Amino acid sequence: MEVAIEARDLRKTYPPAVTALDGVSLAVEAGTIFGLLGPNGAGKSTTVRVLSTLSRPDGGSARVAGIDVLADPRRVRHAIGVVGQKHGSDPEATGRENLVLQGEFYGITGRELRNRVGASLERFGLADAADRRVKTYSGGMLRRLDIAMGLLHRPQVLFLDEPTTGLDPEARVELWREIERLATEELMTILLTTHYLDEADRLASQLAIIDHGRVVVEGAPDELKRDLKGDAIQIELAILEDADASRGALARVAEIDEVKLDGRTLRARAQDGGAAIPAVLAALDADGVKATSVTLARPSLDDVYLRYAGRAFHQVREEVAA
Amino acid sequence: MTPLRQSWQVTMRGIRVFTRNPAYLAMTLTQPIIWLLLFGALFKAVIRIPGFHGGSYIDFLTPGIVVMLAVSSAGWTGMGFIEDIHGGVMDRMLVAPVWRGALNAGTVAYAALMIVIQTALIALLALVLGARYAGGVGGVLLLILVAALLGAAFASLSNGVAVLARQREALIGAVTLVLLPLTFLSSALMQQSLVPGWIRTVAKFNPVNWAVEAARSAAMQQIDWGLVASRIGLLAALTLLSGAFATRAFTKYQRSL
Repeated sequence: MEVAIEARDLRKTYPPAVTALDGVSLAVEAGTIFGLLGPNGAGKSTTVRVLSTLSRPDGGSARVAGIDVLADPRRVRHAIGVVGQKHGSDPEATGRENLVLQGEFYGITGRELRNRVGASLERFGLADAADRRVKTYSGGMLRRLDIAMGLLHRPQVLFLDEPTTGLDPEARVELWREIERLATEELMTILLTTHYLDEADRLASQLAIIDHGRVVVEGAPDELKRDLKGDAIQIELAILEDADASRGALARVAEIDEVKLDGRTLRARAQDGGAAIPAVLAALDADGVKATSVTLARPSLDDVYLRYAGRAFHQVREEVAA
Repeated sequence: MTPLRQSWQVTMRGIRVFTRNPAYLAMTLTQPIIWLLLFGALFKAVIRIPGFHGGSYIDFLTPGIVVMLAVSSAGWTGMGFIEDIHGGVMDRMLVAPVWRGALNAGTVAYAALMIVIQTALIALLALVLGARYAGGVGGVLLLILVAALLGAAFASLSNGVAVLARQREALIGAVTLVLLPLTFLSSALMQQSLVPGWIRTVAKFNPVNWAVEAARSAAMQQIDWGLVASRIGLLAALTLLSGAFATRAFTKYQRSL
């Protein structure tokens, strides 16, 4: 695989003694979306600041788009786009003026700049508001302008630091579509930090959970969920009298771990629920038990997050420390 | 060419804000107008002190007020960067491959341009109040140039302090702390031969005094070219130094992120 972002053992301490990064290492494949999750203060934004040349680490190394971040930050800046947590646009200037200034900062000028700005305003639905001052924009428009500014110079790598925070649900979904389009159609590499697990689940092909300045777990969302071991299978029986028979039938299915009966509802757990369901249905059918519905609930990313960065995780750490 | 172009774009950003709120200019002029009227009235009798020579007090005062205006106006330049830091604009600019010097130079050029407009208006008001410019139009242009140059030096200092301190309060404190002492430790309000010796000594190293001396000589008196040229030279050197300080402040700022 071609690696577009690579961080090795990044360390950073803020005076007097706040450890923001305690050896963060990551690798992001080119053309994919990578999600960086973690609680506030875990080190997500610091990681983005270091990788985007805004801040320098105390130790470790990083390469972005094949360029050494510490040795050649200027070249990295040409290759990356950054959309920060805060709006980066000047509220006193119009959308168009913001984009023009941004382009000039990247050395884009003249007709080329005008064309790109015009196209970008169209693409992000800001053409009608282009000559209005940004302080009159709605939250969703501001976010679209931020992204338009981050993309104007056509970066290879895009950093999105909590891009949907504060957006209404409609604007979030719209932004998700745009982010997906950037990765799939423009083959951009995107590093996304977020608080929202559904966002990471939908967008990221790989993710890392970061806590206390370290990556605590890394993998594809589905992999991480599967690693939690235990999908929930819920079966609704047609008639109450089948309850005992159904219990007997499930006992024969090797994939099933535990079975609980609650009225006409059977709850069972399986390592891989998808693989277990055909066997469950076959066993029930063999014993003449009729089910009205079978549902499968995968562990959510919330479960993964709680497992690695939730309260339980802190307790473990404290115990280790003690 | 690119650094110049980028500086100009940054200057344009300021000019656009200004053209959308031109009333802002009137606000910035109230203080120097009050100074001119108040100090003019308060110290009117100064000319009767034995040893005070030359013209009316308004003649003497005008270059002093113009220079004070330049310092205070320039002092607020850093507020723009503090807004930018809090609004996220600064970080967005710093992840761009823009020359850091352009961010400073652009805002300093805008500050200097504002000072040119402000001092021209104050010089005009002083004329109405009875000031006589012995140096003629050329002298007044030199007065404005000197004010803009001093303003440029202080604008860079203000930017540097703003980027390092990041707090409005810190910048307000710095400007208030600096403005009056630098004015009083110069010949802005009082002839140097009439002040204590230690003030005369300090004034020799005070950029505000360099500017007042050059401005007064050029606009109000028989111009002393040697004095004017040497003071302009000193102010230009100071402007370069404080520009370097402000540009370096960005590196410090980034290190702290």
